[in-house]
Amino acid sequence: SHFQKNVDTTLTDGSSFNASMQTSPASMINQYKFEEDADTKDIFVTVDNPESHVTAIETYITYRVMTKTTRSEFDSSEFEVRRRYQDFLWLKGRLEEAHPTLIVHPLPEKFVVKGMVERFNEDFIETRRRALHRFLNKIAEHPIFSSSEDFKIFLTAASGELTSHKKQGPGFLSRMGDTVKAVAAAVRGVRNRPQEFTEMQEYVEAFSQKIISLDKVTQRIVREQKEYLEELKECGPTYALWSQSEEELAEPLKNVAGCVDRCCKETEEQVKNLSDHLIPVLHEYVLCADTLKAVLRRRDNIQADFEAKTEALATKKANRDTMRDDLDKAEDRLEWANNALKSDWTRWQKVMRTDLRSAFVDTAERNVSYYEKCLAVWESFLHSQRTDAEGNGKVDFS
Amino acid sequence: KQDASPPPRVPCKPMPTKNNLLDSRQTKEKRSFCMVEKGTSLLKKMEISVAEAEKRTGKNAVNMQETYTVYLIETRPVDAASEGTNPVPDSLWRRYSEFELLRNYLLVTYPFLVVPPLPEKRAEFVWHKLSADNMDPDFVERRRVGLENFLLRVASHPDLSSDKIFYSFLTEENGWKETVFETGFQAKADSRLKALNATFRVKNPDKRFAEMKHYGDELQSVISQLLRVRARAADRLYGVYKVHGNYGRVFSEWSAIEKEMGDGLQSAGHHMDAYAASVDDILEEEEHYADQLKEYLFYADALRAVCRKHELTQYELEMAAQDLTSKKQQREELATGTIRTFSLKGVTSKLFGQETPEQREAKLKMLETQIEEGEELVKERNAECEEFVKSAWVDIERFKEQKDHDLREALISYAIMQISMCKKGIQVWNNAKECFSKM
Repeated sequence: SHFQKNVDTTLTDGSSFNASMQTSPASMINQYKFEEDADTKDIFVTVDNPESHVTAIETYITYRVMTKTTRSEFDSSEFEVRRRYQDFLWLKGRLEEAHPTLIVHPLPEKFVVKGMVERFNEDFIETRRRALHRFLNKIAEHPIFSSSEDFKIFLTAASGELTSHKKQGPGFLSRMGDTVKAVAAAVRGVRNRPQEFTEMQEYVEAFSQKIISLDKVTQRIVREQKEYLEELKECGPTYALWSQSEEELAEPLKNVAGCVDRCCKETEEQVKNLSDHLIPVLHEYVLCADTLKAVLRRRDNIQADFEAKTEALATKKANRDTMRDDLDKAEDRLEWANNALKSDWTRWQKVMRTDLRSAFVDTAERNVSYYEKCLAVWESFLHSQRTDAEGNGKVDFS
Repeated sequence: KQDASPPPRVPCKPMPTKNNLLDSRQTKEKRSFCMVEKGTSLLKKMEISVAEAEKRTGKNAVNMQETYTVYLIETRPVDAASEGTNPVPDSLWRRYSEFELLRNYLLVTYPFLVVPPLPEKRAEFVWHKLSADNMDPDFVERRRVGLENFLLRVASHPDLSSDKIFYSFLTEENGWKETVFETGFQAKADSRLKALNATFRVKNPDKRFAEMKHYGDELQSVISQLLRVRARAADRLYGVYKVHGNYGRVFSEWSAIEKEMGDGLQSAGHHMDAYAASVDDILEEEEHYADQLKEYLFYADALRAVCRKHELTQYELEMAAQDLTSKKQQREELATGTIRTFSLKGVTSKLFGQETPEQREAKLKMLETQIEEGEELVKERNAECEEFVKSAWVDIERFKEQKDHDLREALISYAIMQISMCKKGIQVWNNAKECFSKM
């Protein structure tokens, strides 16, 4: 396509991405239409095996990242490296810099604020591990991100290599300039935002509210269930205490005590399931909503920049050639950003729908299983009473 | 009475057969507690029920307006109902205070029996959603059931069922109160209350009664604890279910901004609402279980009263025996001239000189009479004690059997309730799962 030659791969922030990829908007759209099914999946990533490291200055956790791939750009078919949270943060930053209007899946937050859990608590580490695993898999499943050189280095480089590669990123100063430009663009504001992006923004606002509500409701359910569990835990022992004063009733009372205790265990597990499975996914999509807002803002800024340059060309007299050049580049950037966002937006909606659907289906299944287990507990009690009564011949089932 | 007469039909749910243990209890109509059919002559004659409750207003003893509830007691001859005809039952209205009067009468008149308790005067062990207000319709309804149960318990008791005052309570609306007071039970009631609350030490209580009293204490303590814990758990469970209603609301709002996901979300939301609403029925059933426990909480009190009464009779016997022994000793001392027991008279006579032979003679005679009387008293009291122990123990054994049966049934019905709750949960979440898969 005729865009291929003229597109300036320099982005507004001065960084550039890998120009060896096909960069035309048209080809990008084609790439997005490429359906991935299990048969064509050629890279598998897992995050597991957290380990604690103690140095003189700090304690931190590393996770094992294992990669299996048949892709030709990888030197080998299997890799195993250890990465810490900082490294994941770095990767996310690199992808966002390179693709300001693509949607990067969020990382779990740095610190847990509400209901502060100690950073090295087992549950916290496990929840974080699962989230990091999801993050890398989302990257691997993304048509653009999975071909990122930074991603490849993240998956394959030894710790020393990674550290030196990290230092090669755009310098601190250019990042500062980046922020200043972004602020300036934001202040200028966009004049003629296309309707579809306004609709996107409205959707994101509404979606954000809904997903935050769901997160809150779910957390409240967990809290209420924990309080219910606290009370229920006292029922079993009370029945057991009672059985000690009784003769005929001792056996059924002890039995009931046992049943209540078993139901307690099931309830405990159910609460854990909600915390371990549903809440992290909801929370990720709360963060997603923020990501989407940021992506839309960045797109707006690119457009604002283009509009400003258009205006400048119309009004200023000097340097018209340079300005026309700048304007062309800005226009290309804008078109590219818009198309990238549109495609990734469609993709994101599909992924979101799949993720949330399976999270809720999973939750419903676990609830069914919980009730089934409790049902079995009480049915076994009934059965024991029935056979007991028949055996003793005491109850007059006439 | 013909032998072919049908078994007494106590209005309660039918006894379960071997196979329908589960089914028979799932009928949800408000019913009184299940009892083993007793063939008392009263129940062979009549069916008893507390059919309705109504609010009344009137002037009370100090001429102030008050609102109170009255309960309709219906009695119906057994034969007539079984013949297929359905005559209008005899009925009369009574208020709770009259039930209390009846029970107090029974307590005083049959101190050796474990008298069935009334349903609670005020709602206790409530969880927050349940009203503690006596005028609350749910409380009134549960009380109606409890009062019916009380009447049936009395009517099925081998001794209490033949009491005349009880019979007229059921059949004579006017003048019943006067009839009760005419028995003079009030005087006995006051002294009974005083005696039961007094502290005294018994030297030789019947071991069985001491154990029973201890058991009554334990039963009361453990059931109270269970009711408290249960009420708190019910409160929490209510919260869990109700919060799911918020899912309904948010899913509905969310479905409005989604295209493909909309339908699945919307219908899932409905199921979440249904789930949240289902807790009301669940907890209402549980309240019925709590009432069954409460009955035995109050029964524990009645049991303890019987044991206490035994202690009292035993104490009075011991006092009489002690008194007799001391009198006999006094006689011996007087006869032999030796003073072994300290008495003020003895000291003063030492100080002011011995008594004359005539005085001694008179005193001895008095003592002899007293000793005779004392021996009579000890015999009497001994007989009372033995009689009491015999009758009371029979009733205590009867009570034990009834308690074991009823509480076991209550536990079984609790299990059935839990099963029903689980089944509802399975259904709702399966439905929700289907809707979610359509997201």
